[in-house]
Amino acid sequence: MAQMMYWEAIRRAHDEEMARDPLVIAMGEDIGVAGGTYKATQGLYDKYGPERVIDTPISENGYTGLGIGASFLGVRPIIEIMSVNFAWLATDQIINTAAKVRYMSGGQLGAPVVIRSPGGTAHQLGAQHSARMEKVFMGIAGLRVVTPSNPRQAYGLLKSAVRCDDPVFINEHELMYNMKGEVPDEEYFHPLEGSEIAREGSDITLFGYNISVHWCLQAAETLAKEHGIEAEVVDLYALNPLDREGIVASVSKTHKAVVVEEAEAPVGVGSEVMAILNEDCFFELDAPPARVSAKMVPIPYNRALEKAAIPNAKDVVAAVLKLFGR
Amino acid sequence: MNVADKKRLLREMLFARRFEERCYEAYVERKIGGFLHLYPGQEACVHGVMEAARPGHDYVITGYRDHVHAIKCGTDPKAVMAELFGKETGCSKGRGGSMHLFDVEHRFMGGYALVGGPFPLAAGMAKAIKMKGGDEIAICFLGDAANNQGTFHESMNMAAVWNLPVLYVCENNLYGIGTRIDRSTAVLDQYKRVCGYGIEAAQEDGQDVEKVYAAAKKAVDYVRSGKGPYFLELLTYRYRGHSMSDSNAYREKEEERAWSKRDPIIILRDRLIEAGELTLDDYKQMDNEILDEIENEIIKFAEESPEPKVEELEKYVLAENDPWVKGGVN
Repeated sequence: MAQMMYWEAIRRAHDEEMARDPLVIAMGEDIGVAGGTYKATQGLYDKYGPERVIDTPISENGYTGLGIGASFLGVRPIIEIMSVNFAWLATDQIINTAAKVRYMSGGQLGAPVVIRSPGGTAHQLGAQHSARMEKVFMGIAGLRVVTPSNPRQAYGLLKSAVRCDDPVFINEHELMYNMKGEVPDEEYFHPLEGSEIAREGSDITLFGYNISVHWCLQAAETLAKEHGIEAEVVDLYALNPLDREGIVASVSKTHKAVVVEEAEAPVGVGSEVMAILNEDCFFELDAPPARVSAKMVPIPYNRALEKAAIPNAKDVVAAVLKLFGR
Repeated sequence: MNVADKKRLLREMLFARRFEERCYEAYVERKIGGFLHLYPGQEACVHGVMEAARPGHDYVITGYRDHVHAIKCGTDPKAVMAELFGKETGCSKGRGGSMHLFDVEHRFMGGYALVGGPFPLAAGMAKAIKMKGGDEIAICFLGDAANNQGTFHESMNMAAVWNLPVLYVCENNLYGIGTRIDRSTAVLDQYKRVCGYGIEAAQEDGQDVEKVYAAAKKAVDYVRSGKGPYFLELLTYRYRGHSMSDSNAYREKEEERAWSKRDPIIILRDRLIEAGELTLDDYKQMDNEILDEIENEIIKFAEESPEPKVEELEKYVLAENDPWVKGGVN
């Protein structure tokens, strides 16, 4: 199994799928000649040419709609939106068209597009380049939402998303493109539904997704070493649909839960997981579950303020200890 | 266009008029719900353009005023009416409604309810056509007010820069919902607005189906020959309000009277009568046959069709049994 970076894994998935099917195309701002802001399409322009690796104008709603229209006729576009903050502009086409067209056509027409976009807070990018937008997309019927926490998932989720007949939004992260990890040498298709246990444990379940999985894993190490608490970390790589069964199964074992998200608390992954815990395993809980979320502020520029707005592994440890009454 | 074609077009346009008028009645009777945007007055636009194109072969997309566009592409009017009645036999299985007719078999790629939404979708279909190497073109019908959306500018730019085989037809009926064009739009001639993108464009009388046909022939040939996108503006007028919830109080009666004298059906009918190709009795007989068909076949079918099953509410949200959802190693 080879070690590769998150961006390399995404690039490999593009390359394999484009080599296999001439109707797979990549589109986005600066993804062609420039090779992509995050290198996820590096070298593909030279290999597949301008008709299939398309440098788009800065018209997010327009080129997303164009990709969706092409998908009506069997093209399989992988659309990179440079930042989820820009994906706000494309919500019209993503939500009003891609997510709904199968339903409102009575099953006649689908929009098998993949939309990849990094969200999250990186290094002092300010309020308009630091959004976390998964909460918007995960509540939309007809749109699959996945969010890879490591290179293996980044590769395998994109592979499956390209082949899937539904529109899939892949929520990546600006800080994770250079993360290294193992990716299978053979072709690998990651499921678009479900969850993964990133660390086994018996005393509490920490739910994370994307970057917050890593905060959970760090926190779990500290909790084990310093406090004798064995935390299970569940990686919710699929946000729509959420893995209700997996969530319930883990908490039925540990009887305690903390949900960790980089986004603000209201109307998000945390609130959904909390609702599932209430609905499906209320009597399994030994303590009220807790959320670790971002502060309800536009992300500030100042480094110290930015850090204060976003949770980290220490916050996770603190939330767990509080839940244990320590 | 020969006489037989003209007579057929007259019949098709009259059928479209009567179909829409019957929709109005069905709406008042509460057989049709939701929003209903009717086409009377604009019939020459879609008929003239599609006469020059290849219905069922070229890919057509439009907004929410879509009944007649679907029918002209080849959709069974019974399936359109059944859709408006919300029935399982409707062309979108009762899930779409008036604003979301679909008939992919006839390459009618849908009616969409966000003003300006289809602009990029049409460009995308054209991109797909170009990649696959077919001789089809994409045709997008929208109103003048859609041109004030960002998607208009974004799509014109992309269609031009990538030389896509797409024909944009602007049915300029002078009103965006209830706001007259000169109160909302800086440049009244819509075809001039695409000059900034280097797109070929023309303006034509949208009430005379023969003129529409001639202008569309030029446009369709241009696009099909691979020269790139084309923008055709047709000057027209809708006789009813924007939708059924529109009292139409914002228009001057004088203006409505003037346009009623330019009725596309009457223009063609009188021209055929003058040429000795048709009598008023022929026309009346045609009308009666149409009314009979609408009442005794189309309405009857819609009335008698079954409703969708409530147990199937969640069908069509996602693709059924897609194997890739489960992942795995290939």
